[in-house]
Amino acid sequence: MQEILGVPAPLLFGQLLIGLINGSFYALLSLGLAVIFGVLNVINFAHGALYMMGAFVAWLLLHHLGIGYWPSLLVAPLIVGVFGIVIERTMLSRLYDLDHLYGLLLTFGLALIIEGTFINFYGVSGQPYAPPEILTGGHNLGFMFLPTYRAWVIVASLIVCIGTWLLVERTRLGAYLRAAVENRELVRAFGINVPLMMTLTYGFAVALAAFAGVLAAPVYTVSPIMGQHLIIVVFAIVVIGGLGSILGSILTGLGIGIVEGLTKTFYPEASSTVVFVIMAIVLILRPNGLFGRPRE
Amino acid sequence: MTDTTSNVELSDDTFRRHRLAGYLIAAIGIAALAVAPFLGIYPIFLMKLLCFALFACAFNLMLGYVGLLSFGHAAFFGMAAYVAGHAVKVWGIGTVFGIAAGTLTAGIMGLVFGAIAIRQKGIYFAMITLALAQMVFFFCLQAPFTHGEDGIQGIPRGTVFGLIDLRDTLTMYYFVAVIFAAGFFVLHRTVHSPFGQALKGIRENEPRMISLGYPVALLKVLAFTMSAAITGLAGATKAIVFQSATLTDVNWHMSGEVVLMTLIGGMGTILGPVAGAGIVIALQNYLSTIGSWVTVVMGAIFVICVLTFRRGIVGEILARTRR
Repeated sequence: MQEILGVPAPLLFGQLLIGLINGSFYALLSLGLAVIFGVLNVINFAHGALYMMGAFVAWLLLHHLGIGYWPSLLVAPLIVGVFGIVIERTMLSRLYDLDHLYGLLLTFGLALIIEGTFINFYGVSGQPYAPPEILTGGHNLGFMFLPTYRAWVIVASLIVCIGTWLLVERTRLGAYLRAAVENRELVRAFGINVPLMMTLTYGFAVALAAFAGVLAAPVYTVSPIMGQHLIIVVFAIVVIGGLGSILGSILTGLGIGIVEGLTKTFYPEASSTVVFVIMAIVLILRPNGLFGRPRE
Repeated sequence: MTDTTSNVELSDDTFRRHRLAGYLIAAIGIAALAVAPFLGIYPIFLMKLLCFALFACAFNLMLGYVGLLSFGHAAFFGMAAYVAGHAVKVWGIGTVFGIAAGTLTAGIMGLVFGAIAIRQKGIYFAMITLALAQMVFFFCLQAPFTHGEDGIQGIPRGTVFGLIDLRDTLTMYYFVAVIFAAGFFVLHRTVHSPFGQALKGIRENEPRMISLGYPVALLKVLAFTMSAAITGLAGATKAIVFQSATLTDVNWHMSGEVVLMTLIGGMGTILGPVAGAGIVIALQNYLSTIGSWVTVVMGAIFVICVLTFRRGIVGEILARTRR
């Protein structure tokens, strides 16, 4: 068997693949956090809980209504997105004039409510969710075995990430968004409905988290605590990348996923802490993050 | 000119009155601590309350007086509990030195974490402290001396220098009460010292403090170290009281709980965190029958506090009486 640095090649590539998959979820979630923070000035602590909710809605749709994976991929993010819009309209929008910390505290409370509710009904053990027929099986690439579903996860999340990036950077709507990030009042003075834009931004970013959740459902088991640890890792990723750029958060997300995969191969004990160590080092060398701009 | 003088006299007078009120509150507080176990409240409950009240007060030093929200204080609380538990149970160095070891460990961690985290402000500071604390959680999950999921159990309460036996619950209560009073007094003195005033200055206007020549970064790290050390004191004491140290103490839910206590009681007030800790602990006690719905209730209180009650109980009372 072929070896790379004393590690069997299939093992190394297998871990790299897992790293890439985790990285895709990190990218989708940190992208959403970056967009929300840019437009609403809120760090959404509930992002992990909403990701979990996306997976759970897909599971519930399948078990109670018989709605399968493909419709769920669209319907679950839509449902969670509407839920997000309700949160933004009824609660978050009251906090925009206050210290940013209140937004964090409010969404922390929401995360507790959402996760606690699901734990009460479904317990902390996971529910299995089978991938659709067409995506089962895999391909032998010669140097490793590639399960089809995992390849699909990476491709799908990359498409969504790049799509979002193009939407923000290359369209008129995106230009309004970026303008609102710079100066909300001025954009409003031009007759653009900024509050509506903020509501839709939150709904969209939350739907992205739910989309990641549905993608994740067949990979991991669907459990009420699946987003708890993830959100903290994503926070660290956001600190590493800096909240300045969308492309930055996508690249950092994927990069950290790969680094975690490598750590799991060569030094497994550190695989769950390596992201936090990287965060500390980045903070010492580049306090504003790899892609961040100095802020006020 | 006369106006200024009378103003000074007036503030001098209010100062004296405040001081008198302060002594009065201190005397009532000490008396309350002394008689509380005879009022039909379980001493174990009281000890838990005092540990968490001290925890919340130490946390409030950062949030209320420096204006930095740490979402990782459970790391100091839990780690100090582990160190104290291990030192007392395995090394057998005695209760007092065990608690001191826990406090010292938390202080050193605070120094390191503080030095890293103060490189960013506001919301980033919260995320960084949360991430660093999660790192400590994984360390505690994997390190052999913490015994992973089981935690350290059966920590002996021991004696105070071989003189006072702490196995008696009432004696233990007074030991905890003394620790609480000492920690509270240190925090109180800190807040009202020139150092504390400089911290408030940083909270109100950081660029101005920098231009006035204050070593702002150093002051922040010192405050964080102190907050962490006293948090450690609370955590180590809790480990002795309950004779166990577990992963619950280092989990991020614990960091959230202390934020909630401070928020309910009123951040930036001396007595707010104590009141907040009392409410949260009492609530958990009464709601323990509904199991995991407690998390939902806590979340709901968080949301309600942030939306409608941002000054907290003590903050609200102060705001009304001062008007």
